[in-house]
Amino acid sequence: MRIVRNHLAALRMLLVFTVICGLAYPLLVTGVAQAAFPGKANGSQVKLDGKTVGSSLIGQNFNLPLKKGQTTPSPDPKWFQPRPSAGGYDPTASGASNLGPNDPGLVKTIKERRAAVAAFDGVNPKDVPADAITASGSGLDPDISKAYAAEQVNRVANARDLSPAKVRSLVSSNTHTRAVGFLGEPYVNVVTLNLALAKLG
Amino acid sequence: MNDTLAGWLQILALLAVLALSYRPLGDYMAHILTSPRHWKVEKFLYRAGGVDGDADQRWPVYLRSVLAFSAMSVLFLYGLQRLQNHLPLAEGMAAVNPATSFNTAVSFVTNTNWQSYSGESTMGHLVQMAGLAVQNFVSAAVGIAVVAALIRGFTRRRTDRVGNFWVDLTRIVLRLLLPMAFVFAIILVACGAIQNFHGVHSISTIVGDHQSITGGPVASQETIKELGTNGGGFYNANSAHPFENPNAFTNIVEIYLLLVISACLPRTFGTMVGDKRQGYAILAVMALIWAASVAIITVNELHSYHSAAGHAAGGMLEGKEQRIGVWGSALFAASTTLTSTGAVNSFHDSFTPLGGGTTIFNMMLGEIAPGGTGSGLYGMLILAIITVFVAGLMVGRTPEYLGKKLGGREMKFASLYILTTPAVVLVGAGIAMALPGERANMLNTGAHGFSEVLYAFTSAANNNGSAFAGITVTSNWWNTALGLAMLIGRFLPMVFILALAGSLGKQQPVPATAGTLPTHRPQFVGLLTAVVIIVVGLTYFPALALGPLAEGLH
Repeated sequence: MRIVRNHLAALRMLLVFTVICGLAYPLLVTGVAQAAFPGKANGSQVKLDGKTVGSSLIGQNFNLPLKKGQTTPSPDPKWFQPRPSAGGYDPTASGASNLGPNDPGLVKTIKERRAAVAAFDGVNPKDVPADAITASGSGLDPDISKAYAAEQVNRVANARDLSPAKVRSLVSSNTHTRAVGFLGEPYVNVVTLNLALAKLG
Repeated sequence: MNDTLAGWLQILALLAVLALSYRPLGDYMAHILTSPRHWKVEKFLYRAGGVDGDADQRWPVYLRSVLAFSAMSVLFLYGLQRLQNHLPLAEGMAAVNPATSFNTAVSFVTNTNWQSYSGESTMGHLVQMAGLAVQNFVSAAVGIAVVAALIRGFTRRRTDRVGNFWVDLTRIVLRLLLPMAFVFAIILVACGAIQNFHGVHSISTIVGDHQSITGGPVASQETIKELGTNGGGFYNANSAHPFENPNAFTNIVEIYLLLVISACLPRTFGTMVGDKRQGYAILAVMALIWAASVAIITVNELHSYHSAAGHAAGGMLEGKEQRIGVWGSALFAASTTLTSTGAVNSFHDSFTPLGGGTTIFNMMLGEIAPGGTGSGLYGMLILAIITVFVAGLMVGRTPEYLGKKLGGREMKFASLYILTTPAVVLVGAGIAMALPGERANMLNTGAHGFSEVLYAFTSAANNNGSAFAGITVTSNWWNTALGLAMLIGRFLPMVFILALAGSLGKQQPVPATAGTLPTHRPQFVGLLTAVVIIVVGLTYFPALALGPLAEGLH
């Protein structure tokens, strides 16, 4: 009997904590978050012509429409390209490639990406930075390095008939320095950068 | 600012904030665990739960309370997942299958938070909140409660009463975890983490593709996931996901959260036993191991030329986020595997062989530097007991620690504690490798594939929860085997800890003499560090040699 009583007490305590930690706590956080930071709490959505076109925190594909018979889409030269993604920038399938550091398939993929990116941007393959040819951890990384952004400026300017200086100034206004001056890495947000390009028309 | 300087400043800033927290938080926890006064709301909860808040439990009663609470938690969480399609806020998710439900229930109750499912496509908001997040709080509190009982074994005399589990549990949740989780959840939202009850909604992207933007109470879960050294992500990508970890500032906040309680518990220990120097000695060992681990992982990840993929890419960025970078990823990886957190902001499977190997080694140390909430400190205290015993053997006298004699009974419990986890890891990994079907679940081949299997059992038995995530662990065999590994790895050691607490508490303390080994001096810090490394090294060296070492020296 004592063992039953003990387990019943345990269950009652668990239900008490379920109400406090599982319902009251998240509801309270949501209430405060929605009141104080509604934009951020709802996913930092970005708009174009009044319509939500994504989140500044979630990367997107910037590819040409698939041609007949084509299975892998080609990148659109008019846009800055994000990092490779293991999940095709699908937020319902976040994650990484999880391939080992000496995996022959991964090495081959990286070499192919280096050649393809260099040809696409018209630069020396040696100069393509690492973030351009490696898949991110989340598969949703919205950011690229300053080096990869700089590499893409001329290609985007040509494709859009803009001056490289104009494109470069958009890049620099979407460049983020290290947080608090020394945390993490500097980066360029591809989503907001391409949004700025889209707003030019 | 160049990368190296920024990287160093990032580490020093983290250490500075942890150092500032050490005294106030450590003393506050000691106050929570010793204060005779109940809060009004706590008395109300004891009545609602039907428990006696004023009882002082003998160790077997304390243990039965821990086990009963955990058993009910597993059943409740299992039921919640199996029935989620009939409950509100399911977001259209189907009922979770039996093997995955068992694995997940065990995983969250044991503070492991191993995830054999992908959060965004398996668990609705109700299971995430009322099931998983609740266990994030209480499983962390259970660990702290058990170490509190052990410390009482050292401080009390001639009694095997070790405190009241329900009081410890309730106070830790209400007075420590909830307030901290709340404040930091708001900070995370202010930086971009999401907190809402939206479902998945489809939008048209800048170029007109469809994209499904997810919603959910993420920030509230993220903070307790780190603070309670849990690690189970709302999303499959865990803390690499921009909605969980939006920038490099939140990254350092999350690393701080996953370290802070375990790093401050030595102060709690020192304060409770009435000799703060004992706490500093334990902290010093933890800090030494942590610093060495951060250094090894960072150096390996910065020198990409040690691996074929890193060499081809010119940097170890596969599986890492641009905003966080190599330094922030290495710091997170070392901290998450040295605590029992297992959250990841970068994917360890793609780390360099020796960088990734170090994350396995960290877990093999038993997660003691600083370890899981509570479990880290009790693991370290067991190793301290073994160190005192070894030193006692050298000079030929009965060892004592903090005035308590370590006789045959105490040493049996300590030895059984040390043997449990390696037995589960090595036997489990051995069986998995012997079964052709289970072996085939590796993503990578050769030594790296073996590392995936070894990582999985090490992570489960040590209640870490991170993974070399290439391996597919969704089959019934893997879900069940790893579930059992987590259960044994969590609760069998707790039995030994509480038995030890009772046994120590019964003793009358002996006064320190000239022959007593001082346990607060650098000599003891060095000895304890060596014992940690040697015990683990001897246990796991053959397995490590077949996996990460073989690959790294290739």
